[in-house]
Amino acid sequence: MASQDKSEGQPARRDFLELAGGMFAAVGGAATLWPLIQQMNPDASALALASTEVDIAPIKEGQAITVMWRGKPVFIRNRTKEEIAKAKAVPMDELRDTSARNDALPEKATASDENRTKAGKENWLVLVGICTHLGCIPKGQAVVDSRGDFGGYFCPCHGSHYDTAGRIRKGPAPQNLEVPPYEFVSDTKIKIG
Amino acid sequence: MRIVDATLCGVLARALLAAGIGLAGLSAGHASEDGAEIHRQHWHFSGLFGRFDQAQLQRGYQVYKDVCASCHSMRLLSFRNLAEKGGPAFPEEGVRALAATFQIEDGPNDSGKMFKRAGVPSDRFPSPFANDQQARAANNGALPPDLSLMAKARGVENEAPFYLVPFHWVRDILTSYQEGGPDYIYAVLTGYGEAPKDMKMPDGAPLKMAEGMNFNHAFPGYQIAMPPPLSDKLVKYSDGSPATLKQYAEDVAAFLMWAAEPKLEQRKSMGISVLIYLLVTCVLMFIAKRRIWARVPH
Amino acid sequence: MANHESSFKPTTGFGRWMDQRLPVARLAHDSFVSFPTPRNLGYLWTFGGILTFCLMVQIVTGIVLAMHYVASPTGAFDSVEHIMRDVNYGWLIRYVHAVGGSMFFFAVYVHMFRGLYYGSYKAPREVLWILGVIIFLVMMATAFMGYSLPWGQMSFWAVTVITNFFSALDSIIPGIGTAIMQWLRGGFAVTGVTLNRFFSLHYLLPFVLAGVVGLHVWALHVAGQNNPTGLDIKSDSDSVPMHPYATMKDLFALAVFAVVFAWFVFFAPNFLGDPINYVEANPLQTPPHIVPEWYFLPFYAILRAIPNKLLGVLAMFGSIAILAFLPWLDTSRVRSAKYRPTYRVFFWLFVVACLALGYLGAKPPEGAYVFWARVFTIYYFAFFMLILPLLGILETPKRMPGSITEAVLGKGGAGQIKGAAAASEKR
Repeated sequence: MASQDKSEGQPARRDFLELAGGMFAAVGGAATLWPLIQQMNPDASALALASTEVDIAPIKEGQAITVMWRGKPVFIRNRTKEEIAKAKAVPMDELRDTSARNDALPEKATASDENRTKAGKENWLVLVGICTHLGCIPKGQAVVDSRGDFGGYFCPCHGSHYDTAGRIRKGPAPQNLEVPPYEFVSDTKIKIG
Repeated sequence: MRIVDATLCGVLARALLAAGIGLAGLSAGHASEDGAEIHRQHWHFSGLFGRFDQAQLQRGYQVYKDVCASCHSMRLLSFRNLAEKGGPAFPEEGVRALAATFQIEDGPNDSGKMFKRAGVPSDRFPSPFANDQQARAANNGALPPDLSLMAKARGVENEAPFYLVPFHWVRDILTSYQEGGPDYIYAVLTGYGEAPKDMKMPDGAPLKMAEGMNFNHAFPGYQIAMPPPLSDKLVKYSDGSPATLKQYAEDVAAFLMWAAEPKLEQRKSMGISVLIYLLVTCVLMFIAKRRIWARVPH
Repeated sequence: MANHESSFKPTTGFGRWMDQRLPVARLAHDSFVSFPTPRNLGYLWTFGGILTFCLMVQIVTGIVLAMHYVASPTGAFDSVEHIMRDVNYGWLIRYVHAVGGSMFFFAVYVHMFRGLYYGSYKAPREVLWILGVIIFLVMMATAFMGYSLPWGQMSFWAVTVITNFFSALDSIIPGIGTAIMQWLRGGFAVTGVTLNRFFSLHYLLPFVLAGVVGLHVWALHVAGQNNPTGLDIKSDSDSVPMHPYATMKDLFALAVFAVVFAWFVFFAPNFLGDPINYVEANPLQTPPHIVPEWYFLPFYAILRAIPNKLLGVLAMFGSIAILAFLPWLDTSRVRSAKYRPTYRVFFWLFVVACLALGYLGAKPPEGAYVFWARVFTIYYFAFFMLILPLLGILETPKRMPGSITEAVLGKGGAGQIKGAAAASEKR
């Protein structure tokens, strides 16, 4: 149909009109599609809970609490001096995963104890409590829990052992426990996320 | 003109004519709800290009917080909504500080008890009462309704005779009248007074005021359990707006409209873009259709 | 499809391969590209395409809403407000779905009145028409259940009132009506159990609808479209290929329809609804006026016009069921009202009656409103059961043209068309 009319004498104008019309329709189509895609993204009420402030004053040395952040458990532990020393003494080449897995640091940062905690607050260990193997919640927060062979955390699902800085040492998990983005808004309060 | 296009244009022309008659032949917005008198007000946010007056919304929130919140909950709103675009748009820091002045119930804690803590922006507005029964007990058996959707949950009914009603509809559609709720709220808040001696109900029976009820010109049945909540000089405005009952009523009605429809501004501005796009599409489609049909006799 | 030679020629190797195994492209071509369409169709024939668009819009927005909606009596109302306030573009999707329901019914009523005026229900399109009645019924069921989902005051009480209808059957067989009512509700009263099953069915029925629409379009393509003269296509000069003639006209009409749709969505989204549905459902408090959505009002008026509960219910369902018998109730040999001057008068009176019943359906059932509702209900049934059967026998139709071509172009029309076709072939 269009090809028959080309010899009529205005092929350029018709092509331009068809092109312009097509682009116009495409813009309209994309604009219609966008809300349908965007509505599946986290909504305003989910984004509002993207940060959580936690009062850490009641956590004594050697104690730990678990809070929810973005639907995930977060371990907050006030480490003892022995736990800190044990973590610092581990050489890098003994670690399966040498990445710090700290959301505040670049990917390449190594998994030293300094990179897993905040400067001047190294007794505070804040970790996302989800095993990097298949997603179970490791044991080690409660006083009665087994803490595995390295004194940190132990995942009962498939036997992953984490050390006192939350780094994977034995078992099937491939990565260290994730350190979420957090900061000290005061000496007794941290904001996660 | 081809027959079919003439028909379409004819239909459109007749519709516009009817609209014109309707718009011309009507008084300036006088409607009633079950016999009560509700006048149409001028709102900053009405019409295609209407948007909220940010200062008005801020004053309206102040009225809600200082006067209404002692009895009326607004459980669908969170403090963070007050900082959103298209609303009162209070600064984030201010909203955080405001939220912290409220004690919000949370828990249970590790000993199993519920406790109170300072509010955060993601918290909902707290209710003045723990539940409906407590609200009724504190208000002589009447339940102060939640105000989150009040501006959309009320409207203005049309009592005009049947031959005028279609013109009213056309007028309301063309002017995009959606402010029945705020008109009603304003009418109720400013409608208190002494019951006239010979006041009649819509069915002709004389009005009998019940014990503890207050006369109101706009409320269905003319008696409302809520005593007049507003009076001149009740709330001190910091922006110099008049501290009058009418001003409070207008500001809080506008605030309630935002509370019920926080996306009003986005909706209307998107609507303008969509309408322009579609009208251009109509023109393009019409030209294309004409061109194609010009090839054959029809 | 039944009568035409397929002129489709696959242009690619893959096209030829598929054509021998599952000729979908051929089917699409024969049905929607080369399909002979009467050349005199007016804009009233664009509403079929518009209705398809409406169905797709409702399904897409509905599926998206269902990602966020919670079908429990404690969660439903709040989940809808969550969609309106927090979900990205949730307010837009919700308003499109709500206004879309009304637009769907507006289009279906125009489509049905077009059929009534031009005799599109007459032989050989009886099955097509009956499929349409089924579509209309499924639409009503879907809309009714969809309206219950926000669990506002009107949602709850409309379900209570409508499910109560079935208890009217108790006067035929004691207990049967109540049993059916409790079976529908899943309890003695309307509760979250009712809401949950309505959500499930509301999700299901649009796909049933899509299937029936497929049958409807198939039946249409067997007989071909009707047209304003009511005459069949007799020769090539009577018709044009559907693409691009009808398709471009449909797209233009759709764009105009979209303008009206967009106006309501963006500037008057709550105009067609009832404010009381923004109050959460309260089983202990009945709203002062229980009113269905506008598209149900005529049937609601018929229901209330009859003082007896059972007869009122039967009249209401009967007013829809009687449509299915229309092809046999109308005895006229002439299809189109264009050539039936007497029928035209009664037709427009019928339109007035439907509009009046719609108006009366929203009014309280007292005084003059009841009287006029009865008058128009009587006319409604008389139109189908008395006027149409008699008119076919008694009416003298106007002289009809010999063909569509003659109607459009006059006696020399066929020559004009041949000339135009030859001219375009020269290019």
